[in-house]
Amino acid sequence: MSTKVIETIAVSKEFSDPVTVKILKEVSFDVHHGEFVSIMGKSGCGKSTLLYILSTMDTDYEGKLYLNDELLTGKNDKQLAKVRNEKIGFVFQFHYLLQEFSVLRNVMIPGLKLAKYSTEEIEHRAMERLRMLGMQDHANKKTNQLSGGQKQRVAIARALINDPLIIMGDEPTGNLDKLNSDLVFDILSELTKENKQTILVVTHDPEFAAKTDRIITMADGKIIS
Amino acid sequence: MNIKLILNVSINLLRARLKQSVVAGVGVTFGITMFITLVSFMNGLNQLLDGLILNRTAHVRLYNEVKPNETQPVNFSKAYANHQNFISSVKPKDSGKEIYDSKAIMKVLLSDERVQGVAPKINTQVFFNAGNIELAGVINGVDIAAEEKLFMFSDYVVEGDSRDLATVSNSVFLGKGLADKMLVNIGDVVNVTTAQGDFVSLKVVGVFQFGLADLDNTQSYTSLSTAQKLFAKPTSYITDIQVKLKDVMLAPAVAKEYAEIFQLDAIDIQTANAQFETGSTIRSIISYAVGVTLLIVAGFGIYNILNMMIYEKMDSIAILKATGFSGNDVKWIFVFISVIIGVSGGTLGLIFGYLLSLLIDNIPFETASLPTIKTFPIYYNPVFYMIGLSFALVTTYIAGLFPAKKASKIDPVDIIRGK
Ligand SMILES: Nc1ncnc2c1ncn2[C@@H]1O[C@H](COP(=O)(O)OP(=O)(O)OP(=O)(O)O)[C@@H](O)[C@H]1O
Ligand SMILES: [Mg+2]
Repeated sequence: MSTKVIETIAVSKEFSDPVTVKILKEVSFDVHHGEFVSIMGKSGCGKSTLLYILSTMDTDYEGKLYLNDELLTGKNDKQLAKVRNEKIGFVFQFHYLLQEFSVLRNVMIPGLKLAKYSTEEIEHRAMERLRMLGMQDHANKKTNQLSGGQKQRVAIARALINDPLIIMGDEPTGNLDKLNSDLVFDILSELTKENKQTILVVTHDPEFAAKTDRIITMADGKIIS
Repeated sequence: MNIKLILNVSINLLRARLKQSVVAGVGVTFGITMFITLVSFMNGLNQLLDGLILNRTAHVRLYNEVKPNETQPVNFSKAYANHQNFISSVKPKDSGKEIYDSKAIMKVLLSDERVQGVAPKINTQVFFNAGNIELAGVINGVDIAAEEKLFMFSDYVVEGDSRDLATVSNSVFLGKGLADKMLVNIGDVVNVTTAQGDFVSLKVVGVFQFGLADLDNTQSYTSLSTAQKLFAKPTSYITDIQVKLKDVMLAPAVAKEYAEIFQLDAIDIQTANAQFETGSTIRSIISYAVGVTLLIVAGFGIYNILNMMIYEKMDSIAILKATGFSGNDVKWIFVFISVIIGVSGGTLGLIFGYLLSLLIDNIPFETASLPTIKTFPIYYNPVFYMIGLSFALVTTYIAGLFPAKKASKIDPVDIIRGK
């Protein structure tokens, strides 16, 4: 028994600047619960574009997108923001953290936004996740006092704070060295193994991809395998 | 919307740009300071100028006007009852300036709960004799206690004690201009010729100064009984009843009503002093206009700084949106930033405005025409402070709204891609 966490039906997208180019051509695929899936493909084939659509940040596409059998296509900004907050954890290539806040606060913010737990509880959960990623000692640091690999781990902790249905990453190890890249991979694979966490990651690293449950290969806006 | 979180994010963004935020706040502070100071000062001036004449004027004055009788004999004729009758060269009938049954009227007036107080008065033209020159003047016979209570007569006394009017017989208070012209001082005697040609001597017990040359050069005050004696009238004789109301705005309506009831002429303060009202209104408008202008300038400052902040904080906005903040949440974050600047800048402005008013209040300002005024006038009114703070709130809210809307429309994909 494996439920579809993500399902797309014929998702297409085109940019019309400066000339109309179809970047995604009827992409249909799904990701099952507990799977660690990687997406590979040549630069410019539309991986990031697809991921932005999956993450609900980009709504300008054709086709249908389901998250846990719930149709997301056509929902408004507020509803989608709630979906992102509650059900999707996003890890970027460039460790996007809020410089104005401490490490701990960065992890807590999506939890505070969801407000499912009390502030104390959210803080406790944030510390738990930082500990899981070996970052508990840095909780009160400013984000610019961290290294790239450390920032990425904080971003993963943040993505985990609301127990999301799926974690998405766009080249999360893209600008990390081998050591840190392996570390991040280990963390992610541990999450799938131990927590049945569904993960979808775009990567250029064949070694990284090889270790995942399934590789989706894209070329020219289409899934080829 | 989770207000606590959004406010917290706003405050943290603000802290990261403390210097610019402070500069923006100083703009608001300056605007509000100037607004409070100006409005307090202008209203102080208004009160002072009102005090010059409006405080000295009855809200409603009841009197008998010398005028032709409205019902002329031809109107009684049955033959011409249905005609338009034109009568020319009608002469006024001298029914006398006396208000009949004044005691009863005053009693009725005092029982009206809109009335704060009434003061009877006898108003007559006389000539003051100074050597062989005759100066035209006016003697006001007043009940000095009532005059004191309603019109604060002693505020305008430069020399002498107004109570002497009641105790010293045949005593008189002269306007400063009049006293100077006749070269008389307290204790001197002035000779007065009444309109009937009688010749009377009055003892000067004081000098007053209203600050209006017209009045100070012609007016004089004496007690009711002295005035009655002067014209050989009975003790019930008075020519005016001055009414002070609890609410001055009611004056026109009340005047109309009294004229009807008592069959007297009645004039209200608004009609009698329309030009003063206009002056006050214009001064108020000017101070509000200046205050609002300063705040609009401050608003532009906030607008600029917020716009800058949004460009700097694109990344943060993108992260917030990616992690579940809606466009509306982001809008409120920036509106709050603006309003925080507005409230803190505005509150400081209120404090500085108060201090500046205090300072002006202590600057000496002595003018011969206003004997009781020693410093510049300031009117302290909590309402001004409330208006000031509301102004600050509204301008900063509007100034913040446009950049905030822009921030709410930022597409996180553009930002994330662009990196
Ligand atoms: N805003 C845009 N306007 C026009 N074209 C765009 C825009 N964004 C992306 N593209 C084009 O869409 C195509 C796919 O871009 P995308 O970022 O999805 O590629 P990618 O597979 O993620 O590449 P990479 O591996 O280098 O990150 C590219 O050819 C790019 O030039
Ligand atoms: Mg990409």
